[in-house]
Amino acid sequence: MFLEIKNLSVKIENKKILKSLNLNINKGEVHAIMGPNGSGKSTLANVLAGKEDYEILNGKINFKDNDLFDLNIEERAQEGMFLAFQYPVEIPGVNITPFLHSAINSKRKRLNEDEIDNLSFAKLLKSKASDLGINIDMLKRSVNTGFSGGEKKRYEILQMSILNPDLAILDETDSGLDIDALKIVTDGVNKLKTKDNSFLIITHYQKLLDYIKPDYVHVMVNGSIVKSGSCEIAAEIEKDGFQKFQ
Amino acid sequence: MNSDTLNTLDTYSKNKYKYGFVTEIDDEKPKKGLNEDTIKFISLKKKEPVWMLEWRLNAYSKWKKMKEPKWANLSFPEINYQDIYYYSAPKGFDKKPKDLSEVDPKLIETYNKLGIPLEEQKVLAGVAVDVVFDSVSVATTYKGELEKLGIIFCSIGEAIQKHPDIIKKYLGSVIPPGDHSFSALNSAVFTDGSFVYIPEGVKCPMELSTYFRINAENTGQFERTLIIADKGSYVSYLEGCTAPKRDDNQLHAANVELIALEDAEIKYSTVQNWYPGDEDGKGGIYNFVTKRGLCAGKNSKISWTQVETGSAITWKYPSCILKGDNSIGEFYSVAITNNFQQADTGTKMTHIGKNTKSKIISKGISLGKSQNTYRGEVSFLRKAEKARNYTQCDSLLVGNQCGAHTVPYIDSKNNTAVIEHEASTSKINEDQLYYCRQRGLSHEEAVSLIVNGFCKQVLQELPMEFAVEAQKLVSISLEGSVG
Ligand SMILES: Nc1ncnc2c1ncn2[C@@H]1O[C@H](COP(=O)(O)OP(=O)(O)O)[C@@H](O)[C@H]1O
Ligand SMILES: [Mg+2]
Repeated sequence: MFLEIKNLSVKIENKKILKSLNLNINKGEVHAIMGPNGSGKSTLANVLAGKEDYEILNGKINFKDNDLFDLNIEERAQEGMFLAFQYPVEIPGVNITPFLHSAINSKRKRLNEDEIDNLSFAKLLKSKASDLGINIDMLKRSVNTGFSGGEKKRYEILQMSILNPDLAILDETDSGLDIDALKIVTDGVNKLKTKDNSFLIITHYQKLLDYIKPDYVHVMVNGSIVKSGSCEIAAEIEKDGFQKFQ
Repeated sequence: MNSDTLNTLDTYSKNKYKYGFVTEIDDEKPKKGLNEDTIKFISLKKKEPVWMLEWRLNAYSKWKKMKEPKWANLSFPEINYQDIYYYSAPKGFDKKPKDLSEVDPKLIETYNKLGIPLEEQKVLAGVAVDVVFDSVSVATTYKGELEKLGIIFCSIGEAIQKHPDIIKKYLGSVIPPGDHSFSALNSAVFTDGSFVYIPEGVKCPMELSTYFRINAENTGQFERTLIIADKGSYVSYLEGCTAPKRDDNQLHAANVELIALEDAEIKYSTVQNWYPGDEDGKGGIYNFVTKRGLCAGKNSKISWTQVETGSAITWKYPSCILKGDNSIGEFYSVAITNNFQQADTGTKMTHIGKNTKSKIISKGISLGKSQNTYRGEVSFLRKAEKARNYTQCDSLLVGNQCGAHTVPYIDSKNNTAVIEHEASTSKINEDQLYYCRQRGLSHEEAVSLIVNGFCKQVLQELPMEFAVEAQKLVSISLEGSVG
């Protein structure tokens, strides 16, 4: 199994957010999680990425034959986990080029691969950026600083394409995007997709799923997955909302 | 602060000062202590004319009547001026070496360890280096090329002998010996330092650079630098410093004077990496430096950029006196303190002429148990019509045992003056660390990246060749202290 979440319960500040959650993802699969605001979707994404604010009450997570809880944030990232944040943070003064260059090299170091040199990296970054319709000028700016919501999301997808993760978690990457931006973002995902990598796409609209076809759709309510199935669930939600799952 | 942050800081602080080696060379010193005989010894050793000796003795008599300035936010034990050597030169320097083959190979080795390429062919393209080792200037590279343009770049000792008229006119003209006790001390016992004169209309085609190193034990370093940019000329000058690890504190009291005449520009950059003391606050340099620039002519400009990562104590306020109409003064500063380091640093902008402008960008980063103070004074004299100042002071705290303080003074005697002031104090942001680490960067790399980003406005003012070095130094000082 590629990613296996078993019976996961998580608490923050005395509030239990995730409750006995189970989820399995195989290599090459695309999963979508849908759920109302506050149901715990971002919490799940952050627990997977290793954010330290949470208390794990119960459960196990396996990722590529590792006990995920043995790895810290950067080790998980270097093992191929990528989280496109719902609200990417601004880092003033830090240019995207050296930032991503260090990121890709720390991953290569862990895999005992040679580091990529400045010139090859600059080329790679430029070509990925133009694939995603990102202006070269944007590469000169500081990470997320002064970006619009849509620019930040595109920037997350650019980083994802460069780091080429085994498991990409997209936390509401679609929200706040107009149709053109949504196309660019979903194109990015579809281009990256192979039979060897997996996606966990968190969304709360069905719209995104018109562009990315998930293999499975899960409904998350109040910290648990209450229903799993095919794309048809998304259509049900679109029609009737989340009420009937609550 | 979560436990990972603390762990990283711990690893940082165990990192050792990279430049803490001592070179074993016989040195030649006078007796310890400060008195007229010491000053005569120095003057004699340096084969100075009588007027120079008198100038020194005059400063010494002023110093005897003065007390150390005490207003800074610093605490340190009484300095015993009688327990310090005031001159130290590697033996055999009475005659200056003509070329590198005459220089003690051990010295060359020291510079190699420091990464200073002393041999011309190794010199970073376009950088002329004057190296001061304890009290003697060892070699000045690229001298010939500069001479063709009429540029004088030599040790201050050589300038006193060869260019007495310029020295008599300008030495002490910006920092009078009686200004305060450290300037009087420096004027009495200064040993070496650099001298630069750029003739009218000449744009110096390369970065001029001096490297200072304190090597001998119990030796004070009192260098004196004088830079004069004549009408319409331009020069960019960089100074770097290191010192070996010693358990005792060493005193460093430099004076730097800059003079920019009409339409001239001087850019002065410092990367200060003196030994900061160990994790328990033992040892380290006491750095009491006076740097002052005079924008003497119309449309002249002086800009100070400093990256201060070393020293146990830093007391330093590079200043500009904006006398010429339309003249500009700038101060860009990064000061990083760690462990038990204390820094009280900032600037003084004195607006005298019409339409004078000043800009102050200060970035303080405090770690460990250190204290970091920005102290700045902006004053507008009566005739400073339509003068302007912009000040921005940002402090970043890493951990919760350190302190950051901002002390701005403003004094305006002209009501057309415009002053803008912005200040911020923040803690290192856990969300930024999380973001960086999620992309695969280690905790240390993330801290270093964020701190470098925080300092960018200042670092980008450094000459290209040194910006990269400075970034590395910032990372090292985070590792070594968070260092
Ligand atoms: N740092 C936090 N402290 C306290 N409560 C939090 C914190 N983060 C999230 N929560 C709470 O956890 C619940 C789930 O939040 P979240 O995972 O962001 O939901 P979703 O992404 O599905 O909208 C919400 O009730 C939210 O208020
Ligand atoms: Mg969310």
